[in-house]
Amino acid sequence: MSDVLLPVAIALPLVAATLPIALGLKYDDIGWSVAAVATTALAVLAAAIGIEVARDGALSHALGTYQPPIGIELVADELSVAVLALVAVVSLATLAFARVAGPRGNSFYSGYLLLVGGLTGLVLTGDLFNMFVFLEIVGISTYALIAADRSGASAYASLKYLVVGTVGASLYLLGVGYAFLATGTLNMLDMQVQIAEQASYADPLIRASYALIVAGLALKIAVFPVHTWQPDAYQRAPDAVTTIVAALVSTASAYALIRVSYTVFTVDFLAANDAITTVMLIVAGVSILAGSALAAMQSDLKRMFAYSSVAQFGMIVAAIALANETALLGGIVHLVGHGLLKFGLFLGVGLLALGYGARELDDLASAARSAPYTAGAIALLGLGLVGIPPSIGFLGKWYIGVGAVEASMGGGGSAGIAIAGVIFISTLFTLSYVARVIERFYFAGVGISGGHGEGDHGDEHVDAGHDGGPDAGVAADGGRESATGDDGPLTPVEEAPRSRFVPDRVPPTPLVILILAALTTMALGFGGYALFEWFDPFLTEVFA
Amino acid sequence: MTGTLDATVGVASVLASGTTAVSALDVLTTRHSYVAFALLLCIGLYMMIANPHLVKKIIGLNLFQTAIFLLFITSAYVEGGAIPIIPEGAAETQTFVSPLPHVIVLTAIVVGVSLTAVGLALCIRIYDEYGTLRTDVLRELLRDEGSLPERPAVGGVDRGETDE
Repeated sequence: MSDVLLPVAIALPLVAATLPIALGLKYDDIGWSVAAVATTALAVLAAAIGIEVARDGALSHALGTYQPPIGIELVADELSVAVLALVAVVSLATLAFARVAGPRGNSFYSGYLLLVGGLTGLVLTGDLFNMFVFLEIVGISTYALIAADRSGASAYASLKYLVVGTVGASLYLLGVGYAFLATGTLNMLDMQVQIAEQASYADPLIRASYALIVAGLALKIAVFPVHTWQPDAYQRAPDAVTTIVAALVSTASAYALIRVSYTVFTVDFLAANDAITTVMLIVAGVSILAGSALAAMQSDLKRMFAYSSVAQFGMIVAAIALANETALLGGIVHLVGHGLLKFGLFLGVGLLALGYGARELDDLASAARSAPYTAGAIALLGLGLVGIPPSIGFLGKWYIGVGAVEASMGGGGSAGIAIAGVIFISTLFTLSYVARVIERFYFAGVGISGGHGEGDHGDEHVDAGHDGGPDAGVAADGGRESATGDDGPLTPVEEAPRSRFVPDRVPPTPLVILILAALTTMALGFGGYALFEWFDPFLTEVFA
Repeated sequence: MTGTLDATVGVASVLASGTTAVSALDVLTTRHSYVAFALLLCIGLYMMIANPHLVKKIIGLNLFQTAIFLLFITSAYVEGGAIPIIPEGAAETQTFVSPLPHVIVLTAIVVGVSLTAVGLALCIRIYDEYGTLRTDVLRELLRDEGSLPERPAVGGVDRGETDE
């Protein structure tokens, strides 16, 4: 009976999404409460599903009692449970930030719950066309949320994402259509069998189908040549939206790519089609390099971490294309780890913007003095992104690197070594931009660009706002009532909350969550072996 | 895009494997729905990339999606097949066209309509804010506003009041 949990987990946020609008007719601020209840319930359901899967292996449920090859199947295995847990935790945690940072209004929370429901469905579905539908639910709600602060710039960024994202989803649908022409089925497991039986791995229809699906999902994931929507969307979106979108949306698309590559097309298909995997490896390699280099050139924090996502997802795509067990394990660990790291980083950046109005690297001189806990957590997460050992960021990169070298040693040509080299170079780039942030936090303040002494926030420095001015002005639409202060570096905005326990002038609950996120990435890093154990059944099934 | 074209030819040749030689003319005359699909797909894609007008980009998007719907509908067609509606008590011996792609296309149309709605809503907001829907003009305006960062000399220039 426990398989009923799966449809309930999807239906719950989708049904709850109607409530803020319906109840909004009578009550004014009901949206946040509804969202909080729904995401908490989702977290409980995700935990229950996780326990079931840990005990009995994969769960599956036939929707509407139509049996699988015909009807739609929902499946939860180790991989989907891991991503589902990430979705549940991040969507619950972001709510605490959305409450203080906005955007406010009941319709925002409807969109938020739609996004959560779409992500849950995307993770749990076992049907290729159903996956397209959830991909689009996620897409549409993301476009709406990005434009939620009603500014022109965010609407433009959102429209750009809409066009690119829809082309991506349509290419995916086209790929699914080709595979459907070749096999006559849409169920993932059934198609895996039918591809081998009715077609072959060298069938042009099957090859075209896979190529189209990869191209479509690459647009959604934002891999280098087609990443241009991502920095704009992440930068222009309200901070709370960036936090959830950066942590989950691309992650879910990358999950879809792993699922389609390994559950539908299988490792044998990848091994039989060198041309496709080579192209994927090249694109991934370029993506890793270009993303890291572009990130190192940015001065806006959100934009910097957005470009860094391009690089990190390049690594995950590389791990998928390498098609060996170690690399795939690395890819999955990095998928989840990167989601957590980016959640924390964007939350931290959002908190600094909320409490101090600082969005640019230059505004952050001596942040560690006035906001030690926020700065410390961001520094920890940043080091995790670089891949300093006791963090999950290290584990993912390490396994991908080892897998890449293994692929070369096993006679896979020099591509693997090249990927390992690229990951190394990218790590240096990552270090360079994270080190810039840390240097600003801890060591800057004497002789900064404004040319005044100790960066205490009592300074009178009128034109220091000139570089942060335009962006801070646009971002001020993101739900805060007043414009940001134009004084020296890191002056708290006027209504910034004050706490008895910490000197940070940021709201306490999100700060606690930020610190917890930083500690979780460390704890998961120490629990590396447990992660390996958890994903082992999935990996053995895939590489059987 | 060439991949798409190759693949289309692949579809045509697989489906035409009954006949011996497939010339370009044969493909054009007997597989015209696939040709229409490929043409629409390319026109839609080209429109999205090349047209500077935002609403026309969305029209291109719709063409692109419609092309994919056409592919599904074509794939469902069976020579001499009837509509797959069986009256109560009737024998099920007839040949029917496949209903599954029709259902898929219905769902996909719904998705497409909602996407168009969101896209047009965003267009309205952009027009309210900037008074234009041409991307080249928009980019200039955004740059003046400071919302687009790719100007090399970002610092030092006093851009004055930038709020709304």
